[in-house]
Amino acid sequence: MKVVVFTKQTFDTEAKITLDAQGKINPEGVSLIMNPYDEFAVEEALRIKEKTKGEVTVVSMGGPKAQDVLRQALAMGADRAVLITPELEEIDEYTTATILAKAVSRMVYDLILGGWRAIDDGSAQVAGRVAEILGLPMVNMVIKLEIDGGKALATREIEGGSEVVEVPLPAVITAQKGLNEPRYPTMKGIMQAKKKPMEKLTLGGLGLTAEEVAPRVRALKYFLPSPRAQGKIVPGEPAEAAAALVRLLREEAKVI
Amino acid sequence: MGKGIWVYAEHKNGKVKKVTYEMLGAARQLADQLAEEVAAVIIGKEVGKLASALGEYGADKVYVLENDALAEYTTDGYTRALAGLAKEHRPTAIFLGCTVQGRDLAAQVAQRLQTGLCTDCTKVELQDGQITLTRPIYAGKAFVQAISPEARPVMATIRPNVLPVPEPRAGRAAEVVQVDVESGDIRQIIKEVVRQVSSRPELTEADIIVSGGRGMKSAENFKILEELADVLGAAVGASRAAVDAGYAPHSMQVGQTGKTVSPQLYIACGISGAIQHLAGMGSSKVIVAINKDPEANIFKVADYGIVGDLFEVVPLLTREFRKLLGKEKEC
Repeated sequence: MKVVVFTKQTFDTEAKITLDAQGKINPEGVSLIMNPYDEFAVEEALRIKEKTKGEVTVVSMGGPKAQDVLRQALAMGADRAVLITPELEEIDEYTTATILAKAVSRMVYDLILGGWRAIDDGSAQVAGRVAEILGLPMVNMVIKLEIDGGKALATREIEGGSEVVEVPLPAVITAQKGLNEPRYPTMKGIMQAKKKPMEKLTLGGLGLTAEEVAPRVRALKYFLPSPRAQGKIVPGEPAEAAAALVRLLREEAKVI
Repeated sequence: MGKGIWVYAEHKNGKVKKVTYEMLGAARQLADQLAEEVAAVIIGKEVGKLASALGEYGADKVYVLENDALAEYTTDGYTRALAGLAKEHRPTAIFLGCTVQGRDLAAQVAQRLQTGLCTDCTKVELQDGQITLTRPIYAGKAFVQAISPEARPVMATIRPNVLPVPEPRAGRAAEVVQVDVESGDIRQIIKEVVRQVSSRPELTEADIIVSGGRGMKSAENFKILEELADVLGAAVGASRAAVDAGYAPHSMQVGQTGKTVSPQLYIACGISGAIQHLAGMGSSKVIVAINKDPEANIFKVADYGIVGDLFEVVPLLTREFRKLLGKEKEC
């Protein structure tokens, strides 16, 4: 089976967010990682590859730095990588999905995987849009995946439980935490990754124009949340403090 | 009148989800400013009976899309229904709850309508004639305010539990429009649905959350949080540290790689306050922290803190709340 995995480079979850002089999110000094949900997608693709003697292609959109996440996926065991650097001033999910769908439409694949959302903008819509553009069935937030013949049997998280959904392949499936435990790249894997092919594409190289991928949504401004005021420590022995706290929540905070 | 601000009315177990009412409140305000109508769209099997409630909470019109094949939510079936209706009526905006279902549906519908989508919005307002949407990014470590200058409809998913529920007006009736809808080809076949039987509210919709961290020391110990939660009618959450240690399932995780919540009251027990956890619960109205380490980061964001052993403090709190709330029941 041929599996395509979308991956995105994001800020580390421990990153502190600041704004730059232009009022945009400041990337200076922030360590970058593979979006944690995409790690589950890469791992699942590798497991399918190992079972079916398949092939895994990882695809990312981003600047030159995004090569790091692709190399990481290659070191984990993916076969080839595609980096798309569109060099656009403003993008939104419509832009990204249009570009990714175009890139994938040049490939042969049975399954497209990705994280169910990225931890940066958290919009959780690019995979769904790609499925729509390519006319493929979609299953989101999958915690268990079985491939059987031309079908995928996916267990997905729903509110208050889970459901098992069957879709015909090819399909787009997004990974939720719990799907698997991603492997770490081995030293051998890291060495091999350096020799694996990495295709670099531009917008024009994909046959797209800036107009065709023009964003629908425009950001007006970014801002940071106002810090919470320092609260109070309720003093006293445990029994005393517990009683005082309940009283404060009722009379002062009025939330009980 | 015309055009319209649309609200997708999500329902579960024969009841409209609360976030729908929250969205109707915001839609009503926008529609009044724009001199447009508010329409709710409800999809399913035998869901027409829910239309009256939607009218009472502010809908002028309710589109009822019924079909046996739409009894259960499927991406294909519901996308076709909602996008088809929108293509016909070309509303100004469509809002959906930022729930598992709302997120799934919104992305597909937005793409089919070739429009934008802002997800997980916490504020909707009219600014300079544009519907302006505010949403947290980096799990609440920052916010972005955005518009859709040209593409219509403006689409957004709205975070549950943030916008106020409007006061319902008994007897306020909406015009009910039954829409013939074809289910079409549904490629997602639902084989099995497993629902955990729980009397507690959903984490993302709960007014009160009692949450445990690494300090809980074991899965069994979460029992004391459950007892407190049940006295308060609260949901139970967990930090990533507790989930990674195997004390709680991922479905309970609050934080940047879990759920983002905005309850009225968040009680953090044995949670140190890692930045990734704070990102997920920092917009709670009131935060209470119980931790034996007075230097714990969680105290920097907590409105009220108790420095002490949670295994001692939590049962005492349960007892005090039971006294307070039990007494009221007797009155």
